[in-house]
Amino acid sequence: MLTLKELQRLLSGELLTPETNTDMDCSEIFASDLMSDVLAFMHPGSILVTGQVNTHVIRTACLADVAAIVFIQGKRPDDAVMEEARLHSLPIISTSCSMFEACSRISRFIPDGG
Amino acid sequence: MGEESAFRQEFPVTGGDFARAGKVSCEIKNLAKELGLSDRVVRRVAIASYEAEMNIIMYAREGRLNLSITPDRVRIIVEDSGPGIEDIELAMTEGYSTATPEMRELGFGAGMGLSNMKKNADIFEISTEVGRGTRLEITFLTNGQRA
Repeated sequence: MLTLKELQRLLSGELLTPETNTDMDCSEIFASDLMSDVLAFMHPGSILVTGQVNTHVIRTACLADVAAIVFIQGKRPDDAVMEEARLHSLPIISTSCSMFEACSRISRFIPDGG
Repeated sequence: MGEESAFRQEFPVTGGDFARAGKVSCEIKNLAKELGLSDRVVRRVAIASYEAEMNIIMYAREGRLNLSITPDRVRIIVEDSGPGIEDIELAMTEGYSTATPEMRELGFGAGMGLSNMKKNADIFEISTEVGRGTRLEITFLTNGQRA
């Protein structure tokens, strides 16, 4: 099992929501910039790795039962987006890794994405 | 509890209102949860409702989602005043899309919406008239099951 805390360390990421629980299980990962694909293919309870930082990502995450979001390329959502994430108690990590690098690091622990 | 005593609520949606996109579906999801539906049903309802809401925002002038819940099923009737769909079979094909670059930049319009609604529903009916609008009837059977 990989926890969110371990995932954060693995990606040298910053937890933008320090108030959220970081002991949760992160054994299923879904990486995509397409919210349509998140809605159609992601298993509930997965961690979403994405380069999109708009409010639609947060709403998609809530509706599709995303457990936490990892924003890549050092992207940081603006205050309005973060406010909405906090409203839904959604843990957010920002990492400077590219999508490929993030997935590559995660795959050492979860070879098939879970 | 019969049809007449079902829980009902109407949610208007305005075309082009990307800022509010997803708000209606979040409300519907919370209602479904509060009414004690199982996590699995709640998620299917939330996803189908969001796809329908996004379609109104992306393509129609205005529309509404009519939610009704009885012990045996959840139903969302979606009606919009929009362009209608010329070729339903083509529109139901995964990957087929008439979305604009603006919609795609937000991560939508990948051509999965209608097929994903159908995938999540137990019964999915669609009727449309070009130049007038589209009506969807999305039904989820719950068989009285609760969480």
